Amino acid sequence: MSANKTNISAEPGKQEILITREFDAPRELVFKAITDPQLIPQWWGPRYLSTEVDRMDPRPGGQWRFINRDAQGNTYAFHGVYHEILAPQRIIDTFEFEGLPETGHVTLETMKLDALPGGRTRLTVQSVFQSVADRDGTLQSGMEEGLNDTYNRLEELLLNP
Amino acid sequence: MALADPTRRNILELLATSGELPATAIYQHFPVSPQAISQHLKVLREAHLVEMDKRAQKHVYRLNPRTLSQFEAWVQQTRQLWEERFAALDTVLAMEKQKGAE
Repeated sequence: MSANKTNISAEPGKQEILITREFDAPRELVFKAITDPQLIPQWWGPRYLSTEVDRMDPRPGGQWRFINRDAQGNTYAFHGVYHEILAPQRIIDTFEFEGLPETGHVTLETMKLDALPGGRTRLTVQSVFQSVADRDGTLQSGMEEGLNDTYNRLEELLLNP
Repeated sequence: MALADPTRRNILELLATSGELPATAIYQHFPVSPQAISQHLKVLREAHLVEMDKRAQKHVYRLNPRTLSQFEAWVQQTRQLWEERFAALDTVLAMEKQKGAE
């Protein structure tokens, strides 16, 4: 199982992140697991947080809202709208973290499932953010350092070698 | 926000995904002349963004880990979140498979 490697491609200066991972299960089953509200709490959140499905209506136009909760009772909520649910191969939705200082920083998420030989599946997740700052900021939320400094430093170095 | 020169940025991205590469392998990834790439590599080296070793008459390039460690730390954190998520999904899938078999 652990032989399945998670590939992350997040290039500096771009506003998307690409994640791929293979699973030892057929595509129909992977599709079911990621669209079943009853199964979401078992895998969606980070390990140290619990996940509660507040809303989940997996069909075009349907809404979703998940709540992560830590041991102290702090909550982190996320919500969005399903744009396309094409079983068993594609899910397109929007994604917004409610904990940001302002609303409107929305990500477009496309999950693609490819059937592989031997009853395996490759999942590709593409998240497109509204800006580079959004990508790094959103992914960083709850973590201490931003990347802007790094970019600025790199830019400075490249402009003034 | 973007880095100053797209070719130099592409070189950094290439090294980020490849680990380390001899100069000749880097040249092959770009439609411009080896001389032009060599010039970009020189700039990157002088800016301490990449490091170079001479090995068996090859110039081997890699990212300078000190300069780029912040970016790598961020990628690492992101990776960890998704790896946890996918490991949990493995467990869910194994259970669902079992249910289907029963």
